[in-house]
Amino acid sequence: MSDEGKTSETPAAGKPPPPLSKERQQQARRRVLRTILLTGGVMGAALSGFLPLAYARKSRLRPPGALDEKDFLSSCIKCGQCVQVCPVQAIKLADLVDGFGVGVPYIDAREQACDFSCDAVQCILACPTGSLTYKKPDFLPVRDGARLAAAPILLAKEKDAEPTLNLQERIGVARLTRPESCLAIQGKGFKGQARGPQFDGELRYMSVDRWKPIKVADHPYDVSLCNLCVQACPIKNAISIETVFAPDGSQRKSPVVHEPCVGCGVCEMICPTEPASIEVIPGEGWRA
Amino acid sequence: MNDIQKRRFLDQIMVMFGREPKKPTDISPKAQEIHFYKKGNKDFNAEKAHARAHAEPSHKWRNRRWITLILANLLFVVSFRFDVQILEGALTASRFIGFHLIDLNSALQVMLAHKHIIMNLLIGTGTVLVLWILFGGRTFCSWVCPYHLLAEWAEKLHLWLARKKLVTDQTIDRRLRSVFWLVFALLAFATGYTVYEAISPTGILSRALIYGPGLALLWVLALLVFEVFFSKRAWCRYACPIGLTYGVVGIVSPLRIKYRLQNCFHEGDCRKVCLVPHVLDTVIKGRAVDTEVPIGPDCTRCGLCVDACPTGSLAFDVKGLSKLL
Ligand code: SF4
Ligand code: SF4
Ligand code: SF4
Ligand code: SF4
Repeated sequence: MSDEGKTSETPAAGKPPPPLSKERQQQARRRVLRTILLTGGVMGAALSGFLPLAYARKSRLRPPGALDEKDFLSSCIKCGQCVQVCPVQAIKLADLVDGFGVGVPYIDAREQACDFSCDAVQCILACPTGSLTYKKPDFLPVRDGARLAAAPILLAKEKDAEPTLNLQERIGVARLTRPESCLAIQGKGFKGQARGPQFDGELRYMSVDRWKPIKVADHPYDVSLCNLCVQACPIKNAISIETVFAPDGSQRKSPVVHEPCVGCGVCEMICPTEPASIEVIPGEGWRA
Repeated sequence: MNDIQKRRFLDQIMVMFGREPKKPTDISPKAQEIHFYKKGNKDFNAEKAHARAHAEPSHKWRNRRWITLILANLLFVVSFRFDVQILEGALTASRFIGFHLIDLNSALQVMLAHKHIIMNLLIGTGTVLVLWILFGGRTFCSWVCPYHLLAEWAEKLHLWLARKKLVTDQTIDRRLRSVFWLVFALLAFATGYTVYEAISPTGILSRALIYGPGLALLWVLALLVFEVFFSKRAWCRYACPIGLTYGVVGIVSPLRIKYRLQNCFHEGDCRKVCLVPHVLDTVIKGRAVDTEVPIGPDCTRCGLCVDACPTGSLAFDVKGLSKLL
């Protein structure tokens, strides 16, 4: 500190400053180097946020009502208020590996999907910046197939005066990505805990408690033909078991996703095969 | 404010943006008188008593501040962990019993990157703006920012190593902070990403406390290591755009530290403990432009100098309040 007092001791105004001594000059030069070093370090760290974008990493499933990815990243203030209100703790905040997405919320549907236990899409209500929103401002584009044909009906509220969810766009669409492993297609049933006894995920079972989600592990199944995804789906008419024809012409039963699917990921979470036969594709739009 | 004070005020603002403090050219007659008197007379008894008083520094304000800082951050943690919903969110944006509070710098980054502002964001920003105008801008730094506390401890470690002659403090050009501020603002606007938020140690630490630790803490660790071994308080002094944003808010703040020339011995212990010693250039012998000089907006109102000064030459002050009382 004492030397700082000296360096700030500039000569009185009017007189030209005396030439710097050799030592002073060297000090000044080192200081410039250090300044450049700190600049480089901070800018390097800051711009490394671009790396994950450049790698085109797997896209994340965002909470309901999220703006399109680029707008979502620019508008989210990384406060986690959406995390705090979610009754099933579906929302998590991303870490450093997500680059500019660090601190931004996402949902790992396989671990814990959004099952709308909150009844009113609480995360949207909590968001202070409009990153999660009921209604996009007009200037923001709508992804192809993102708009829902009608407000989704929440099965848990079906008998209420207001049975719909205030949601205009889907966050993804469920797809049977591994039909070969799907139990229904193989004509198999399922008995036991959907994801094994260790699984921590929760789900709102209306037959058990309309208000409180319980652990999936505490709700064993016993069905002669697997339809767990259909049973668990919280949205009316989003998925059903249909008769389909295999390439060889034989008749099979298969889960089929319909237009009302909002992409919440409950089907992916509950699917008992490992890995899940049905998955939500983040940001995907509806294609008939 | 007379002309001398006005010029001093503008100088202090320039110093915040990175200019080195200069020896003042105009000094009020009253202050000149004191400077002159001090030059001529040396009261050895008083100086001895003074030196003794310095040996037992007070920690009153530091302790109050640490408690406040820890409690504020704990309130976030407790609100979430035990679902008591008093202070929800994190330091970047939160809700205090329903009221939106949004960090000015984070809000600025989001507005620049997204180019769209919704009502809640505006309300929260306004509330915080008023709050920190009242409490003094960079008061946020020393009384709330979690990185500040770690940096304060890192500084202790640095000073200990410096005493053992294992490290020296390498100063860096203070104008860099203004440059960073501008660069991050431009980056947000041009790329559409809140680039600064990815490395903000304030945000990273706040989220780590509330939502659990992550890899991003490695960056905070790197900064602390740099400060311990290389350049003390480097982040807050030479880089942090949050500090500068709140500094600007502090320009108009009525709460500040005030310097009284009369009893000062100019040995400069206050400048040794200060995170931003350039704001205390006024205590250097012969520099005070008036008998009372308010400390500039870059001051974090941490009170360390108040604790360090046994003569009471530095004290908290609210502009206009002394007139009212
Ligand atoms: S809508 Fe889903 S993610 Fe959002 S709070 Fe409700 S349950 Fe959680
Ligand atoms: S509440 Fe909104 S701004 Fe905050 S983390 Fe969630 S999405 Fe981002
Ligand atoms: S089909 Fe799957 S993703 Fe779609 S709404 Fe139902 S549970 Fe959610
Ligand atoms: S300068 Fe930045 S990091 Fe330092 S205390 Fe202030 S806000 Fe926190």
